[in-house]
Amino acid sequence: MSSVSKYFSGLFTGIKSLLTGMGETWKELWTKKVTQQYPENRETLEISERFRCELVMPHDENNEHACTACGICEMNCPNGTIKVTPMFIETADGKKKKILDTHIWDMGMCTYCNLCVITCPSDAIIFKNNFENAVFEKRKLIMQLNQEGSKLREKKKESKPTEPII
Amino acid sequence: MILNYSQPLEISNLTSWFDQYLRSNLSEFWTLLIEFVLVGIFLLAAYAVIALILIYAERKITAFFQARLGPNRVGKWGLLQSVADMIKILLKEIIRINRSDRFLFFAAPFFMIVASMLTFGAIPFGKGLQAIDFNIGVLYVTAVSSLGIIGVLLAGWSSNNKYSMIGAMRSGAQFISYELSSGFALMTIVVLAGTMQFSQMIEGQRFCWNIFNGHISSIIAFVIYLISGHAETNRGPFDLPEAESELTAGYHTEYSGLQFGFYYLAEYLNMFIIASIATTVFLGGYLPIQIQGWDAFNGIMGYIPSYVWFFSKTGFLIFLSLWVRWSFPRLRIDQLLNLEWKYLLPINLVNLLLMVILVLTGLTLKNLFGIL
Repeated sequence: MSSVSKYFSGLFTGIKSLLTGMGETWKELWTKKVTQQYPENRETLEISERFRCELVMPHDENNEHACTACGICEMNCPNGTIKVTPMFIETADGKKKKILDTHIWDMGMCTYCNLCVITCPSDAIIFKNNFENAVFEKRKLIMQLNQEGSKLREKKKESKPTEPII
Repeated sequence: MILNYSQPLEISNLTSWFDQYLRSNLSEFWTLLIEFVLVGIFLLAAYAVIALILIYAERKITAFFQARLGPNRVGKWGLLQSVADMIKILLKEIIRINRSDRFLFFAAPFFMIVASMLTFGAIPFGKGLQAIDFNIGVLYVTAVSSLGIIGVLLAGWSSNNKYSMIGAMRSGAQFISYELSSGFALMTIVVLAGTMQFSQMIEGQRFCWNIFNGHISSIIAFVIYLISGHAETNRGPFDLPEAESELTAGYHTEYSGLQFGFYYLAEYLNMFIIASIATTVFLGGYLPIQIQGWDAFNGIMGYIPSYVWFFSKTGFLIFLSLWVRWSFPRLRIDQLLNLEWKYLLPINLVNLLLMVILVLTGLTLKNLFGIL
């Protein structure tokens, strides 16, 4: 290609690509705006399900949770946010059994890394997307996740076969 | 002949009535003195108000281009946002920089603002709404608007800051290069119109705007004028004098408060001035859309006041400039100078020659179709 034709083809391809770019921004001008006007649209606000804001331990209608107080979440927490306190009881057949006394989570120290939820063997804790967590006092950030009087859910081995470890 | 319409909404009715009222009650000297002072006050007020409106419009349109809503908290739809910003900038402290050149540092913003103010005075905003109508209007506007670069260079030099200095030098290189092609683009139209006076130039475009009159040559000149005018205002994609990531804010890094406000104001007003000169020279200025022979249509169009036409045409060009600003990435300094010296300037010179040939051989639309 000679330099003259290079000059002109460069000029016209340049103009064409610039016009393509302007067409794109023209389309963008009329798209729906993504701004969330937060305090006003609090009722209709939609936060992604996977947004990690608050650690909770789901309890069913019988006030039962799935935590076996194994302490893996506490061990995996990078900055000591979780404190699991177990309690030993004696079952009806005379065996000693470890159950959960308190599961304490300090929101003020949590980095929301999700390691506790990933490593929990019994899926007892999950992150909820309730993001309005501002409080006036630091001590209110320390939360007990298990409810008063809750107990461990009995496993039904027939209905839920354990998955093989890969 | 030029058609005469009854135009009840024109401001020129009011001004001529006021002039007659003053003349019947006062001597020549006092009449002129009062009128000069009033014109000065109105121009200064218009300068500030237009800048505020432009800042609001820019922020809003920018937001829409980026799928945001823009300012919407201060007043309805954020209409008072730029007023609030103005009050904030007026209340800010003017910081004095150690070991800077005090006098030049203080004087630099005035060069900028005075240059754009002088240009502002020569713009015909509507019928009878032009403060000064020189017979060399185009030359005057080109000359005076390029004084602003002195302010930029002084600001960069006197700030005692290497980034400001680099920004100012870049701005100087950019401005002087692009001033050349914007001047040539205007000269192309001067060849077509046969006059440098804005009022005559506008009257000559009554039925055929200059952009249509010189067809291909005019359109090339129009595009080149818009590009180089956009580059002169130091706005994206030509905003490398202020490239935030490299030079913090370029030549006005060290300024604060009202002094920064002067630069800010001058930047927005330069955008308006470029758009309004393009309107006047290419798009028929304040004249309504008129088609020869369609008297009823022309009459209806004539009812819309001239300043509305002027501001809507100017607003369209400003929107175009914002559209370009938010579409294209910033150029490198060598690309910037390549564009000017290797593309715009040669094309412009050929275009000027082409326009001369068109005018001499009578190939303009006015000559071809016998339009007035």
